[in-house]
Amino acid sequence: MKLTPILVGAFSLALAASASAQTLTIATVNNGDMIRMQGLSEAFTAETGIALNWVVLEENTLRQNVTTDIATNGGQYDVMTIGTYEAPIWAKQGWLVPLDGLSADAAYDVDDLLPAIRGGLSMDGKLYAAPFYGESSMVMYRKDLMEKAGLTMPDAPTWEFIGQAARAMTDRANDINGICLRGKAGWGENMAFLTAMSNSFGARWFDESWHAQFDQPEWKQTLDTYLSLMADAGPAGASSNGFNENLTLFQQGKCGMWIDATVAASFVTNPNDSTVADKVGFALAPDNGLGKRGNWLWAWSLAIPKSTQNAEAAEKFINWATNKDYLATVAAKEGWANVPPGTRTSLYENAEYQAAAPFAKMTLDSINAADPTNPTVKPVPYTGVQFVAIPEFAGIATNVGQLFSAALAGQMSADDALAQAQDATTRDMTRAGYIK
Amino acid sequence: MARAASIQTRIGFTALAWGIALLLFAPILWTILTAFKTEAEAIASSPTFLPQQFTLENFGAVQDRSDYFKHAFNSIVVSLGSTLLGLAIGIPAAWAMAFAPTKRTKDVLMWMLSTKMMPAVGVLIPIYLIFRDLRLLDTLHGLTLIMTLINLPIIIWMLYTYFKEIPVDILEAARMDGAELYNEIVHVLVPMAVPGIASTLLLNVILAWNEAFWTITLTSGKAGTLTAFISSFSSPQGLFLAKLSAASLLAIAPILLMGWFSQKQLVRGLTFGAVK
Repeated sequence: MKLTPILVGAFSLALAASASAQTLTIATVNNGDMIRMQGLSEAFTAETGIALNWVVLEENTLRQNVTTDIATNGGQYDVMTIGTYEAPIWAKQGWLVPLDGLSADAAYDVDDLLPAIRGGLSMDGKLYAAPFYGESSMVMYRKDLMEKAGLTMPDAPTWEFIGQAARAMTDRANDINGICLRGKAGWGENMAFLTAMSNSFGARWFDESWHAQFDQPEWKQTLDTYLSLMADAGPAGASSNGFNENLTLFQQGKCGMWIDATVAASFVTNPNDSTVADKVGFALAPDNGLGKRGNWLWAWSLAIPKSTQNAEAAEKFINWATNKDYLATVAAKEGWANVPPGTRTSLYENAEYQAAAPFAKMTLDSINAADPTNPTVKPVPYTGVQFVAIPEFAGIATNVGQLFSAALAGQMSADDALAQAQDATTRDMTRAGYIK
Repeated sequence: MARAASIQTRIGFTALAWGIALLLFAPILWTILTAFKTEAEAIASSPTFLPQQFTLENFGAVQDRSDYFKHAFNSIVVSLGSTLLGLAIGIPAAWAMAFAPTKRTKDVLMWMLSTKMMPAVGVLIPIYLIFRDLRLLDTLHGLTLIMTLINLPIIIWMLYTYFKEIPVDILEAARMDGAELYNEIVHVLVPMAVPGIASTLLLNVILAWNEAFWTITLTSGKAGTLTAFISSFSSPQGLFLAKLSAASLLAIAPILLMGWFSQKQLVRGLTFGAVK
């Protein structure tokens, strides 16, 4: 048996195959707008001669990969797709290159970026990530079922109205649930929804000296409202429902209302996938008369890690992907309804866009109604609407999310879930040094 | 009566075996069927078994967005390369432990196995830093190296078990005939242990082919294998199940075929020495 030549062959094959030309490596998430950008990026290469190497990953895998790379100064990526949660934390750590070139470029028009989104991506007045698409959350509802229930959805409903409508629209015999909400545990799953909802009840994660607030009446009111609403009008097995599960239920006509990301509007109104495409209405996320609505704010944005060797080329790419011309290019090739939403004021002033996207105004109003620096009624020491922009939050909120999901599944009472959430959060915040 | 009972038992066991086999195969079958459905049908809350609208468009969409052949090539290089390299180290190591054991051999074997007990993420940061400093990130030789290292304990353990079954007298006879160590291993030991070596090779190719943690973490596009390819089709928002299934089917097809054709060898190797 001649093993040696085979081995030498296999290893040299590996060596030869790994040698290739230098390119800009871009890490991004697998969603429609990003995939479209990948498809259109040949124009960028043709224009600048800069080749692009795409790494498309599922959101959680992407987060793990880019966090490992940036924290170790690995240098695998030149452009990273990050969310509004990471941007302020990473900027503070000094891991990101400030996008001064974009701010200085008159054609890029940085002042055109929506103020709420821009604010979430800046630190000390400097932009650290350029928004590619932005989203908030809102109520999507079935106009026909609402009419059948003898109700009219206001543009800006209250939680009281949502509760009343959800119960009136529920028709268990015909498998229609009055409301579908997230129940799956995770900081970006049920806790995104519940944290945003809690803001409208005046609840907050921490007081000004970082003490957990789950023992306060506002959180109890939030959780009680959520649990009773889901018990009376929610789908079976809701504790494992996330965005995709609720999307499917809504598209198949099994939800009267659904409160979730504004990006879902284009999915539920698409007649190819949705059986209720022509029956969907939109409204702002509910409030409780306290001056804050239960909607969140998120933007997938492009940023340059400090470890890159190609910062200049990376900024050129970010400029190309997030400027006004890119929106026009997408509109010309794929229609205005497919333009990445939620980043620029000028898009919402565009009559063609308004005509193609019936949900445009509601999306803009929802984004404008969210204030990451002042998310709830009482003062807080953190920024972020549906999250708290500290590195410890993802772990803490996933833990709390599991407790609330268990309460939804009937495995524990609301009071037990809140008490355990209070203890666990206080312990973690003390260990992390926030509570002296 | 005894005969009837035996037939009943045989039927019972056959049915049980088929039942377990079908249960294990069900997720793969579901993936295969989903790959030929439309996205809307794939996610329907009252699922259909057979595709109502048979379509191949998912495969087209997958190839449009990503380069299947590049990822498949990387998978072949990494899984074969790491297994062959592992065998080159594992065969002499297993020989030493099987035929020239010392007081500490058992401890060494246990120590090697213990490295498999730690979750991979526990050593992520040190490995990442080493790879960064040695410029091995996103390279095929880096990936081949790490895959060799993580599978080496299994290779050595499997080979050690097979070698123990070979009578030491035969090797001694070869030595008395004047065979040197190299000839003893390559021309006497290896041919006798071919079934064991073959099943070790097959199993490790499969393990390296399916490894997802390191291949996704240590690559960023150039050296990505088929596991990274599959991972790019999963999404928390939007419709992706049919495309994900198509990508998975494309990724597992080569290894599934290899397993199918070599199942006799695999079973023979895995049960080698099981019956005395």
